[in-house]
Amino acid sequence: MSESFDLEVNGVAYPVSVDQSRNLLSVIREEIGLTGTKEGCDDCECGACMVLLDGQPVNSCSYLAVQAQGRSITTVEGVMQGDEMHVLQRKLLEEGGVQCGFCTPGMIMSAHALLDRTANPTPEDVRIGLSGNLCRCTGYAKILAAVEHAAAELG
Amino acid sequence: MSAGNHTVVGRRLPRVDALQQTTGQTQFADDLNPPGALVGRQLRSTHAHAAITSIDTVEAAALPGVKAVITGADLPITYGILPVSQDEHALALHRVRHVGEPVAAVAAIDAETAERALALIHVKYEPLTEVVTLDQALDPDRPLIHGEGDGQNVHRTAALEFGDVAEGFAAAGHVREDVYFFGGNTHAALETHAAVASCSPEGKVTLWSATQVPHYVHRALAKVLDIPAGRIRVIATPNGGGFGGKTDPFSHELVAAKLAMITGRPVKFNLSREDVFYAHRGRHPVLMWVKTGFESDGRITAMHFKSFLDGGAFGSYGTASLYYTGALQTSTYRIPNYCFEGMRVFTNKPACGPKRGHGTPQARFAIESQLDKAAADLGIDPVAIRVRNAVEPFSTTVNHLRITSCALNECIDAVVEQSGFHQKHGQLPEGRGVGLALGCYMSGAGLPIYFNKMPQSEVQLKVDRGGGVTVYSGATDIGQGSTSMLATVVAECLGLEPAELTMITADTDLTPVDLGSYSSRVTFMAGNAALEAATKVRTRLVEAVAAKLEAAVEDLEVANGRVGVLGDPESGVSWTEAVVLATAATGPLVESGSYTAPKLAGPYKGAGVGISPAYSYSACVVELEVDADTGMVDVDRVWIAHDIGKALNPLLCEGQVEGGVYMGLGEVLFEEQAFRDGLHRGPSLLDYKIPTSLETPTVHTTLIESDDPEGPYGAKEVGQGPLLPVIPAVANAIHDALGVHIDEVPITPDKIVAAMRDAARGGSGRVGPKGVPDFDFGELIRVEPPEGFVAP
Repeated sequence: MSESFDLEVNGVAYPVSVDQSRNLLSVIREEIGLTGTKEGCDDCECGACMVLLDGQPVNSCSYLAVQAQGRSITTVEGVMQGDEMHVLQRKLLEEGGVQCGFCTPGMIMSAHALLDRTANPTPEDVRIGLSGNLCRCTGYAKILAAVEHAAAELG
Repeated sequence: MSAGNHTVVGRRLPRVDALQQTTGQTQFADDLNPPGALVGRQLRSTHAHAAITSIDTVEAAALPGVKAVITGADLPITYGILPVSQDEHALALHRVRHVGEPVAAVAAIDAETAERALALIHVKYEPLTEVVTLDQALDPDRPLIHGEGDGQNVHRTAALEFGDVAEGFAAAGHVREDVYFFGGNTHAALETHAAVASCSPEGKVTLWSATQVPHYVHRALAKVLDIPAGRIRVIATPNGGGFGGKTDPFSHELVAAKLAMITGRPVKFNLSREDVFYAHRGRHPVLMWVKTGFESDGRITAMHFKSFLDGGAFGSYGTASLYYTGALQTSTYRIPNYCFEGMRVFTNKPACGPKRGHGTPQARFAIESQLDKAAADLGIDPVAIRVRNAVEPFSTTVNHLRITSCALNECIDAVVEQSGFHQKHGQLPEGRGVGLALGCYMSGAGLPIYFNKMPQSEVQLKVDRGGGVTVYSGATDIGQGSTSMLATVVAECLGLEPAELTMITADTDLTPVDLGSYSSRVTFMAGNAALEAATKVRTRLVEAVAAKLEAAVEDLEVANGRVGVLGDPESGVSWTEAVVLATAATGPLVESGSYTAPKLAGPYKGAGVGISPAYSYSACVVELEVDADTGMVDVDRVWIAHDIGKALNPLLCEGQVEGGVYMGLGEVLFEEQAFRDGLHRGPSLLDYKIPTSLETPTVHTTLIESDDPEGPYGAKEVGQGPLLPVIPAVANAIHDALGVHIDEVPITPDKIVAAMRDAARGGSGRVGPKGVPDFDFGELIRVEPPEGFVAP
């Protein structure tokens, strides 16, 4: 059954009319048109579809769009601060934490949530915080370093 | 080229496309949504082996919202990546050969309608006896997977002898025979395969696809659609990881194009994760037997290597994969007499193909494991036996491979010293161990996949009147950084910054041909082509500015956005002025460059596999801990040194090494494309586990620069080689930790526990295959060693 409601993504209320069975990922990508969030497995395993829901990381492939009504969603497109890159984006770019880039949006969202809840994460905190995001290219080393350095810069 | 004083080469620069990637703006294939696009879906076989007796699509086609339904009869022309293996149909025709093989396809207005339509296609199957294992493939009473009747399902055999192995074994003081098995595994790139096709009113077909090989897809489309190549455009979208998994032409690409032609609307296919496990083309399961003769000091006198590849349902790259299991033994170690016998069978499973290291990691596992055993037999340490046999720079192997730059010994020294290997090997507490292994890989296959004498890579450069430089290359960025590599080479030559260039890549209408992102060929081949094109532009600029300044050409330099007198570029003119001068003097500033590998093939059938204009070298030490009771392995640290020739961008090169180590660890410790009869055991990332940040250890990377004489600025490959030594280094470390030999990959905890129990009962403490089939590989081709070959 179809339902019409507003979905707040990156501070913008998007009116959508979708079937109740639609997952949040497909609505963000196909109805709203923000394709930065990726589908890698459709099984809650890879984290490529990670978005923030009221600041909490959520695999949007396994979350119904209707459940996100009245909540605030952040995707990778909402991470830039005006014209400025977020420190996480800048560190990933500068330190080689990106290869194919497919995991990167989800990785940024998980890292974002980690830094929001943990001001001075230990290397182990970072490993655990990103363990829900698979990367098949980098071996994680440069991603972990970038997130640690971003945390240090944020103090 | 310029010696030492590089301005771009050697700098740790971000990827040129990293800003798009980190802001979510990179357009992967599934991110493309042309207006009016239809959703494509494939119906897949539920049988491993069956005859298709009928397909009824009437009901599906009548479903409102369905725009087209096609079956194998609509695309009857066969294809395959290798000219010798044209054995695939875009949709199965008459017969299905594995579970998950596409049988029919639909295009509909949305995903839900497309999926409902699939359920309305009625396929009648007549099951045939399955052929799933190597033994079953050799059973003459089983049906043939290709062709009619019974017989052995042997796809290809190879039998080559270089030198005289009998003589070599006779001269050996010690001979070992060992058997190993390497289970198959898959690429699991995070992006699933996706493609969008459109067809213009004039009949021009455009395909956007996550492919590593747009040129080969272009050729396959022309063949299967039966239309001129000039009416087809293939654009490779940035690949969300490749690793060899997107290196064949695939059903969904051909089907998308056909459906777009039928409907006149764009059609998009985005494979599910399960679909990708069926598309596969991953690492072959290989059973191996290796007999090696040694002198008492560890020197190898002869090697006889047999491989048995389980190829799955189609040829794919299999003929090449087969030869690759035997080709690079001699480019790592000096083997004076060498015999390779190999065979590949068809089985009713998704086809295997090339995965990072293509056919060589399996053999590498066997040889490096055996070397440690031989060293123990002879009372030599694992470092010494490798150093004693290490191949030398600028030498020729017994199977006619030309070795140029080679810093293998430097790689060994680096990891042995950094890891403290000598202080640790055999001396750590029970349950803790270190292992060493080496590797070698090609910087590009020496020959193209289809025979031709044209360049293997072409690059065009256009400089507009405002000074803007556009680089056109067919090379496909699969995450390895090929676009950044091209920008680095061109920027270095022209005294610009990589970020200033406009990069147009992987578009068969716009860019000249590059054969594709496989065999670690792009830096060497596209890099050299780009360097040639840039050098021509540079020459024209310098000549024009020299005329204006009334200076000698050799006194000028191009640096920091200016063209001026050597050491004082400020003396000259700005880049843009130089461009205007050159364009006025000699016309449009457009140049091209190309690369064709030197003729390197030896005088024998199969000599085309293994030849390369240069080889990379790696050495790896792994330190790990194993729980003797549970068999759980915890890899602590990895030291790896890689002879890269020259690191054009060390930041990106390290990333390739770290990624290769990571992938190797996944393969050796838990990844396996496993089947129960013809059914995949777990076609999802829930079941097929790949390492997370928690399982990935600290990696210490050392890049060794041997400055290859033919590489662009001395560079060689880095994408594949570093994976190779990781797998046997783990196996050897596990032996060092517990004294057991696990001669089978993946080395899962159950195998370690079984080996420990066996040892406790007084057994050998070995888990692995017992033997290999008694198989006739056909007439042995005897090849004389190259002229002037000197046995070590």
